[in-house]
Amino acid sequence: MAEELARLLADLKEAEALAYVEKALEQGRDPLDLLAGAKEGMAIVGERFADSDYFIPDLVFSGEILKRIVALLEPHLKTRGESKKIGKVVMGTVKGDIHDIGKDLVVFMLDVSGFEVTDLGIDVPIQKFVDALKETGSTVVGLSGFLTLAFDAMKETVEAIREAGLRDDVKIMIGGGQIDEQVRRFTGADAYGKDAIEAVALARRWIGG
Amino acid sequence: MEKKWEEMSADEKQEAQFQKLLAPKDPEGNDLKFQSPEAEAAYAGRINRLKDAIQMKRPPDRVPVALFPSMFPYTYAGMTVEEAMYDYEKCVAGYKKFVLDFEPDITMGAAGPGPGKFYEILDYKLYSWPGHGVAPEHSYQCNEGEYMKAEEYDLLLADPSFYFRNFYLPRVFGKLAPWSMLPPLTGILEMYGVAFNFIPFGLPPVQEAYKALFEAGAEALKWAMAVGGIDVEMASLGFPGIFGGFSKAPFDVLGDTLRGTKGIMLDMYRQPDKVLKAVEALTPIMIGLGLGAAQQTGKPFIFMPLHKGADGFLSDEQYKRFYWPTFKQVMLGLIEGGCIPLPAAEGGYNTRLKYLTELPKGKTLWMFDQTDMAAAKETVGETLCLLGNVPSSLLKLGTPDDIRDCVKKLIDTAGEGGGYVMGNGAFFDEAKPENVKAMVDVTREYGVYG
Repeated sequence: MAEELARLLADLKEAEALAYVEKALEQGRDPLDLLAGAKEGMAIVGERFADSDYFIPDLVFSGEILKRIVALLEPHLKTRGESKKIGKVVMGTVKGDIHDIGKDLVVFMLDVSGFEVTDLGIDVPIQKFVDALKETGSTVVGLSGFLTLAFDAMKETVEAIREAGLRDDVKIMIGGGQIDEQVRRFTGADAYGKDAIEAVALARRWIGG
Repeated sequence: MEKKWEEMSADEKQEAQFQKLLAPKDPEGNDLKFQSPEAEAAYAGRINRLKDAIQMKRPPDRVPVALFPSMFPYTYAGMTVEEAMYDYEKCVAGYKKFVLDFEPDITMGAAGPGPGKFYEILDYKLYSWPGHGVAPEHSYQCNEGEYMKAEEYDLLLADPSFYFRNFYLPRVFGKLAPWSMLPPLTGILEMYGVAFNFIPFGLPPVQEAYKALFEAGAEALKWAMAVGGIDVEMASLGFPGIFGGFSKAPFDVLGDTLRGTKGIMLDMYRQPDKVLKAVEALTPIMIGLGLGAAQQTGKPFIFMPLHKGADGFLSDEQYKRFYWPTFKQVMLGLIEGGCIPLPAAEGGYNTRLKYLTELPKGKTLWMFDQTDMAAAKETVGETLCLLGNVPSSLLKLGTPDDIRDCVKKLIDTAGEGGGYVMGNGAFFDEAKPENVKAMVDVTREYGVYG
């Protein structure tokens, strides 16, 4: 039953997907079942993106459809946030850089992939990453940055994590416009990803799930 | 007898533009006085080198080298970005040092940092800049947002100038917010009632907006004198300024600052016909923007920063439908008018190369960031002149030896037979000076043809 919703969402049929949810709720369908269908749809979107059948606009649009589906389901869900999370990730755009598009995509894809994401926003002070890792107990942190100045901020953030004694327990991934293997080595991060799907794959590899 | 401009073919117009570049004038309209015979020869050498690379009729004497930095000249000269934005004399002095120390064949002038005070006077909200949302040593950065709402396409289509004045500009300039009260000019028709149209100009907030505008205009002029002055001085030293103005792909006009990245992406699904109508409406405006600027400055190169058409940002189908047709029309319109479009394809452009073969040969110069240059040479090497590809990461983190390897490889692949300009791939703020130097020097030594 939920496969139908998964298919509509995966095929980016916004109007049909929303109509389907509304009708299903009227008929008394279990909202959790519908939520599961939506998640399955997002998983298909992720696969299509990884296969280069889908591109960034498809991801963005699927996210918008999902948001609207969740808004329809929410009043019917007795307990929210109860679904089991795979693991915790801290994300943010590093100090001095205010670009958010790439970071937001990664946050979104991690979230729909079942991770509990702490989004620190943009222009994030180094200490804030360290504090967030301590507070949440996250074992993965993602540093985003678009400008060349982000290279230094990433390196400093990695060093601060090391100085806080967290480096052995935390995996660090970086990403953004000009990031490549050379930048990864410079910053001391564990890996870099070229898009949101690679970020999810890295988090999965490190955390499992 | 000389042909009239409007009777010339695109080829003849381009040639005439190059001849104009080769005979530079001072601000009074007299022939520019070079500071030495060597400077004069170097100036002509640089223009001819670039001309041969672009036209691809024969290889130039050597691969020309371009340095298109963002804030690097100013940080290199020891000032913060904030100083470069607020102290125009310091800014142009930094730019001069940069050009004289590295000696590129072409660069972009000192207009990059822009006039900080001007942005302040008008309370510019579209960007954050040093002292206004970013640190003094950092570059200005765009604040993404939906400055045009999803339901406003019809307003934009009906009268783009009215839309910009009454909706877009009041949103991106705090001080121009009262412009939302201004009447449409097209309502000023008959004696009866004509005065009603002018009532808004009597209102205190509107008058305040105009006062700010006069102040901003004076500041822009002050800045332009400094930036224009250094352009002439650098030309007299042998370093030509080639940039006449800028234009954009119509889809980027919508996607970058009107609807924003997310807005434009959703519109392609929810209201595709409106998006198509809007890019069509913006096409002649973008052609006019480039041609007008070129006419004003007397320089033919029209810079076009490309964003939303990069690999991954659109599917092939979306690129073909929403992006390429009107982008191509803008380039053709500019070429028709004797201009040389210089698109800068940020990110990767590998999946788009096949479309670029539709362009006329020898009429455009393409800056590539992370595109595979061997593939580009293979696909479009006969059509257009390639530029760039030295990575920002290498310029900042690599060694001069790394740069040497990269430059040689680019000359061997992209530079084979001509049609290539050495250059950085993306606009960089930070780099090791010795790496920038190596990029220029290795090109000079290794990039010689024949």
